[in-house]
Amino acid sequence: MSGSITYLEAIREAQYDALRNDPAVFLYGQDINTFGGAFKATKNLGKEFPGRVFDSPISEDAMVGLAIGAAIEGARPIVEMQFADFSSIGFNQIVNQAATLYWRTETHCPVTIRLPSGGTAGSGPFHSQSMEAIYAHYPGLVIVTPATVEDAYWMLLDSVALNDPVIYCEHKFLYYHLKSESTGERSLPIGKARIARPGRHATVVTYSAMVHDAIRAAEELQLDGYQIEVVDLRSVKPMDTDTILGSVARTGRLLAVGEAFPWGGVTAEVISRVASEGFHLLDAPPMRLNAKDTPIPYHPNLWKAHRPTVSSIAGALRSLLRY
Amino acid sequence: MRLSRFLEEKLGALYRAGGRIVGGVYLGKGQEAFAAAMGVQLRMGQDIYGPLIRDQAGRLAFGEPVIETLRTYLGAATGPMKGRDGNIHRGRPRDGYMAMISHLGSLLSVVAGALFARRLKGTLGDSIGATSVGDGATSTGAFHEGMNLAAVEKLPLIVSIANNQYAYSTPNTRQYACENLVDRAKGYGVHGEHVDATDLVSCLTAFRGAAARAKAGEGPQIVVGTLLRLAGHGEHDDASYIPDRKRHTHEARDCIDVAAKFAVQQGWVTEEELVRQMEGIRRLVDQTVAKVSKEPVPDPFKENWQALSTSELVEGQNAS
Ligand SMILES: Cc1ncc(C[n+]2csc(CCOP(=O)(O)OP(=O)(O)O)c2C)c(N)n1
Ligand SMILES: [Mg+2]
Repeated sequence: MSGSITYLEAIREAQYDALRNDPAVFLYGQDINTFGGAFKATKNLGKEFPGRVFDSPISEDAMVGLAIGAAIEGARPIVEMQFADFSSIGFNQIVNQAATLYWRTETHCPVTIRLPSGGTAGSGPFHSQSMEAIYAHYPGLVIVTPATVEDAYWMLLDSVALNDPVIYCEHKFLYYHLKSESTGERSLPIGKARIARPGRHATVVTYSAMVHDAIRAAEELQLDGYQIEVVDLRSVKPMDTDTILGSVARTGRLLAVGEAFPWGGVTAEVISRVASEGFHLLDAPPMRLNAKDTPIPYHPNLWKAHRPTVSSIAGALRSLLRY
Repeated sequence: MRLSRFLEEKLGALYRAGGRIVGGVYLGKGQEAFAAAMGVQLRMGQDIYGPLIRDQAGRLAFGEPVIETLRTYLGAATGPMKGRDGNIHRGRPRDGYMAMISHLGSLLSVVAGALFARRLKGTLGDSIGATSVGDGATSTGAFHEGMNLAAVEKLPLIVSIANNQYAYSTPNTRQYACENLVDRAKGYGVHGEHVDATDLVSCLTAFRGAAARAKAGEGPQIVVGTLLRLAGHGEHDDASYIPDRKRHTHEARDCIDVAAKFAVQQGWVTEEELVRQMEGIRRLVDQTVAKVSKEPVPDPFKENWQALSTSELVEGQNAS
């Protein structure tokens, strides 16, 4: 893909605009000030907004706690986790403090937590995780998983504007690999899925980086004469059941794809919704494709076999279409 | 120390050459004296060791063979991690050599737990445990909880804190507000010492004392060493955030030069012997790289994709 702005730059741009548009916004995270963050998602923001971009100690629990306290006082903090995997240290504050605050006390909690997510070769078990499902399980959180440059930008701005805690899952593989001409226009709101590619023989429901693998698998199947529809969930919670059901109504076949571990999770949620609300729409048993049920391996040979790929998605689609 | 340095330089070169090492390379350059001084207090097979990012020299001193480092970095199927995990994330826990996870501070309580179990079983004897963290890792809840717990349980545990003044790019001023990290020892109710980590002799004295006190039942021992990280956070990082003036301070001395000079002055070793020793080091590392390069890498079709030891309980697609 050609273009002049990357997914990573869109995330930086959105933070720039959030800081510029609203004095209540500040950024808190490890190495994000002068250094600009481990991935450079906050490059120069400390210089451009003095006193509003802070290097935190390596204290994820306290980083989230601080953001919640600040939000109670009217601030709109964005917390950067260095890797999604380390958000497990802040888990208690996220799921017990942030997620319950409004329900218990009617106090807004406009905290955005950025999770650099997903696998890249050689990153191993602790720098590769996709944690959207585990947070989605808890009431009181919004979980977004942008797959495009445009969504990376607009959904981050929308997240910061929301009065609820948002887990913003940004995919590390897309950081440099995904480019667009511009951040585009605001299109869909959080909570609405997008038809990333229209089709009529089968539906792939997916999100984040897997949207691109699914599209490539669909292109592969097009050579055999199949039109595959790809639905990009955009936010996994709320999940846009109507768009999913609408697509399955057109195609009669469903494959849910996710990069996360296979037990439960987003793909299971998709299948269970379609099975219980749209069983009559299905011409074949719904399928799902996930990573394997082991930690994420270091060696690229193992890593590539651990996660769904264009060819495993295409293979799953072929068996779905054969049914 | 010199083997550690040379081995790590080799890893850096392999990484920069591209293709051979995927992921990152994290070096302990400048921290060899501090790491090795702790490592040599430990007896493989008897003591428990939980090293972290910058402990290559400590791992070697503990007795980890060079080939284990290379097999892990190169992802060889023959290595202790079989390509499942890489680089510094390696160990043989059943031999008392813990394999770190990335989450900083997490190993402290695990080493404490191993000591605790031995005490319960009555097999502790004069075994000790040792684990290390950096200045940054002391900000984690896991470090604090582990330290406090080990103190409450009065376990024979040495905790080394390598204060290399930076956590990735973050300087000490954004990490903690006490004057010296050794001040924390008092709060935990444990013995603490502070050493010049560029000086091997001071490091050895401090860790020898810590080991003796731990064995004598005096509970956890904190040893804080001050130095400067002489490499980037990883080989991808040029550390341009470290101001030049820092590189000319006492803390920026190269511990290997300091130690070599001292040893020659004392007449323990001659310059010629040092040169000859270096040739041996080079031969060992080069031969090991060549050997590991010919070893098999993991094969996803032969891999046992089971995260549970109880095969009957492995579900669905992963069951063999
Ligand atoms: C809980 C947690 N948060 C963030 C990280 C990412 N990270 C890896 S190393 C590092 C800096 C560590 O600094 P320090 O403890 O001083 O050790 P040094 O690298 O200086 O040896 C960070 C932030 C991590 N590994 N674990
Ligand atoms: Mg440090």
